[in-house]
This record gives sequence, structure tokens and C-alpha cells, in this order.
Amino acid sequence: MKSKSRSLLVQKIALHLVLTPLAIVWLFPLWMMFVFSTMPDHGIFSPEIVLWPSGEFAANFRNLQADTNFIRAMFISITVAIIYTALSVMLTSMAGWALARYRFAGRTMVVAIILGTITLPFAVVVIPQFIMVAREFKLANTWIALIVPPLFNSLGVLFMRQAFSMMPGELFDAARVEGVREWRIFLHIALPLARPTMAALAIILFLSSWNNYLWPLLINSRPNMMTAPVALGTLIGLTRVSWGGIMVGAVLLTAPVLVVFVFLQRHFIAGISAGAVK
Amino acid sequence: MLSRNRAAYAFLAPYLLIFVTFWLWPIINSLLISFQNTRVNPWRFSLSANWGRLFGDPAFYNALYNTLIILVIQVPVMIALATVMAVLLNSPLLKARPLYRFAFFAPVVVGEVAYAAVFRLMFSADFGIINKLITSVGLSPVSWFDNANAAMALVIIAITWRWAGYNAIILLAGLQSIPDDVYEAATLDRVSKFQQFVHITLPLLKPIISFCVVLSVIGTMQLFTEPFLITNRGGPGGGTETLGLLLYRQGFTSLNFGYASAIAYTIAGLAVAISLLNLMLGGEKK
Repeated sequence: MKSKSRSLLVQKIALHLVLTPLAIVWLFPLWMMFVFSTMPDHGIFSPEIVLWPSGEFAANFRNLQADTNFIRAMFISITVAIIYTALSVMLTSMAGWALARYRFAGRTMVVAIILGTITLPFAVVVIPQFIMVAREFKLANTWIALIVPPLFNSLGVLFMRQAFSMMPGELFDAARVEGVREWRIFLHIALPLARPTMAALAIILFLSSWNNYLWPLLINSRPNMMTAPVALGTLIGLTRVSWGGIMVGAVLLTAPVLVVFVFLQRHFIAGISAGAVK
Repeated sequence: MLSRNRAAYAFLAPYLLIFVTFWLWPIINSLLISFQNTRVNPWRFSLSANWGRLFGDPAFYNALYNTLIILVIQVPVMIALATVMAVLLNSPLLKARPLYRFAFFAPVVVGEVAYAAVFRLMFSADFGIINKLITSVGLSPVSWFDNANAAMALVIIAITWRWAGYNAIILLAGLQSIPDDVYEAATLDRVSKFQQFVHITLPLLKPIISFCVVLSVIGTMQLFTEPFLITNRGGPGGGTETLGLLLYRQGFTSLNFGYASAIAYTIAGLAVAISLLNLMLGGEKK
């Protein structure tokens, strides 16, 4: 018995000996992002190894704001992410409800097309989407261009369809017998029951909009309509630019989602792993 | 019944309109555009302008080669690392679990531009912290941005940092769905932890690993932001140019939409083919 507890102790120590260095390596870039954001440029490009923050965050922020209107870009990113998330949850909930709870002509075909195309890379549609939105609709550098085209994302439809189809049908039938209208059944009975799924979905969608880079880069290239990642991306690679400022931008992009992640980790993880484990 | 069907269509219609306009139709349209010579006005149908050019274009083969190299090295390394992370995070012996989870899962929420900026600075040749650390232990510094192999390694390191935790989350969910009594029985039979991992965990995890591989293949095939921002537009001299970057340059720098669409369809075709191959190999030994 004693040897067993000793072998457990050895295992425990070995486990932490492997995992701790790995965790430190993994945290290192995030830590350095923060450290760089507080360092003057001459400190970042000095031969010493600096691993501890200094006090230049505010000065770096002013440099960033001088290089690009980052406050405006953050405002656009936040607004777009909120509106996109709300619209996408609404649209995909309605579609998921229709596909889960009604039998109508074309239903299986719609599900098959969604499932068959969900794994296609975005690269396939980027050219025609750009031509359509920028040249045919003439919507480049607008709010609509940032918010509406990405609403095609069908992840939410599958999420919500799954949630609605697991609910007991008697619930809705009883309401129908009472003469409740279909849209009220959806709004007042089904949606409240699907709240946990909607929360996980909303977090994933918000994150995807907040971090979206390629589409906003292509469609909104005018400086006063850039999202925060695009504005920051234009600075990377410039020669006369404040790197401390860029790091402040990186911190401002990352810190909010990290905080949300810490508090809503459960929903995040539910959202990410939902696709894999049925 | 008829009115209920009408309700169903009403619920579905708004999403379907967006889906068809911005996804389904562009998928078809992309194929059509790939058969147009878009360098003349108006566009004209042409087989050779894009598809003919593609198969003789050294830039395409370079991008294809780079993309496949990243795929072949990065995906297995990352999935192996993610599996180790998931198995260790799942151990009941682990203390301070939330801290470790945070360390590995946090990169999942970090945006591509933010992390690209940090990696670019960390690996900078003259005063990057990585080279400072390398030289402080007596090794010679690496020119991460001027040497094509080093630049490829940098792209691979960066993507692995960003995505290993993501895969670990999925794998961890898979691990937690394996019932405990399987392991209890094995422990009673004095099967070692390592044997348990090889003979119980891995086979049960196989479909999930397969799923992770498919997701990673799709992601790698259209890899764009990392070579664009970290290694400076696919540098040095096209050394890290990927198919995603070639698509961007042809489509949005040269505005040659037809050729870019042909590249886009190649990316999609390869992603689908590799995914199917993987699923077939994964499903074979059930």
C-alpha cells in the first residue's frame, strides 16, 4: 500500500514537471505582449533581456492613436460584433427552429446543403463575395458590408436545431391546442429553454466577429471604416511606427476577450467542443 | 397543417436569403468566374486563362509546396501536443487545474493580428527576445525573417501556439466522454498508465483526433494571416508564401479575379480531398 502511494506521488510530480514548463512557454507570448506594451521603443529594441513591465503604457497608447485612429477602430469593432452577434443568433435560431420542429417540403435538402458546405473554406467565396458587395452593391467601407455578409455562417443553425429538437414536443403541442400562435410558441416557450445553447453560440459568434481579419481587410480599407484588427494590421511592417503602440493595440484587442474567457470559460468550451462530441 | 408549413418557411426565409446570397451562390459563382478571363473587359469564357495557367505557374507550385510542408509538419506536431495537453489536463492528480487550463486555452481567444504582432516582435532578428535568449545560452542567433527555413519554422511555431489549445479542448471533451470504469478495470489488471493510453485512450479517441485533423487541414489550406503579417507577405522572397496568400495577391493586389477563383477552388478541392482521405483511413479500422 505504501509503495502505491509513493508511485502516485512520483506520478504527480512527473505530471507537474512536464506541464509547468509547457504552461510557462504557452503563457510567454501573452506575458510579453503585456510587457512590450508598457516599454518605450528604445527599451524594446535594446540588447538587454527585459521580462518585467515598465510604465509607458499611456505614452504608447498616445503613439498608437497618432499612428492610426485606434479608438474609432475599436468603436467600430465593438459595435459590429454586438450587432452581428445579435442578428446571427436571431436568424440562426429561427432557421434552426424551423428545421427542427416542422416537416415541410425541402427541409432535408436545406439540411443536406448546410451540412455539405459547412466545412468548405471561406477562401472559396471570398472573390465572388467581394465582387458582389464592393462592385455590384457598392457597399465597400460601410457598416452593412462588415455585418451582413458574415451572417451566412451556418454553425448557429446546426447548434440551435440540435437544441430545439431535443425539447419534448408535447410542450409545443399543448400550447397549440390552447390556440397559441406559432411565433409566440417560438418566442415564449422554445427560446427561453434554449438559453444555454444561445449563450455558447453568442460567445463563439462574438469572438469570430471581434477577431475577423480577412473580410474586413478586403472590404473596408478606408481608414475611418477599419475595424481594430485591420487598423492594427496596417501598422505591422511599417518602418517608422511605434512598436510599443502596436503592442498596446494588441493588448486592447486581447484583454477584453481574455476577461470574458476567464468568466465564461464553460460556455466557450461548450461552444468549441459541441461540434466534435455528439 | 398548411398554416404551420407557412410558419416554417417564414422562420427559415430570412436566414436562407443570407445563406444563398453570401454563401451558396458565391460557391457556384466562384467556379464560373474561374473559367472567365478577367483580364479583358468584358470578361470572356476561357479554359486556359486561369486553369491552364495554374498548372504551369511556378508561383502556384511554390505556394502549394509551402502549404503542404506546413500541413505535413505542423498538423501532426500540433495534434500530438494537443493530445498530451488534454490527457495531462484530464489527470485527477493535477493541482491548480484552472491555471493550466488558462495557459493552454487562452491563445484560442487571441486574435490573429494581435498574436502576429507579438510573434513578429519576439522573433525579431536583432533585438527579439527569442534571439536574446538563444544567444544568452551561447548559441548563435537565428535570422527568422531572412532565412526561408527559419521563416517556415516560425510560421509553424506560431500556428501551433495559437491552435494546440483549441484542439486540446475538443480532445479533452472526448476524453471525458470515456467512462471511468474502463480505466478502473485496466488498473485492477495492472495495466500501466502508458499501456492504458496506447490501448484504451488512443483507440477511443481516434474519431475525435480525426475530426481535429480535418479542421486543421481546412485551416492550413487557406492559411493567410500568419505568413501575411508575421513573415511579411510570405517572405523571404516567397519562402513562406501559401495558397491563401497567393489567392490574396492574385485577387486583391493584381485584381485578377478569375485566376484567384481558380486558386480558391484548388484550395477547397485539396481541403475536401485530404479530409475525405483522412476520414476514410480513420473509419477503415473500426
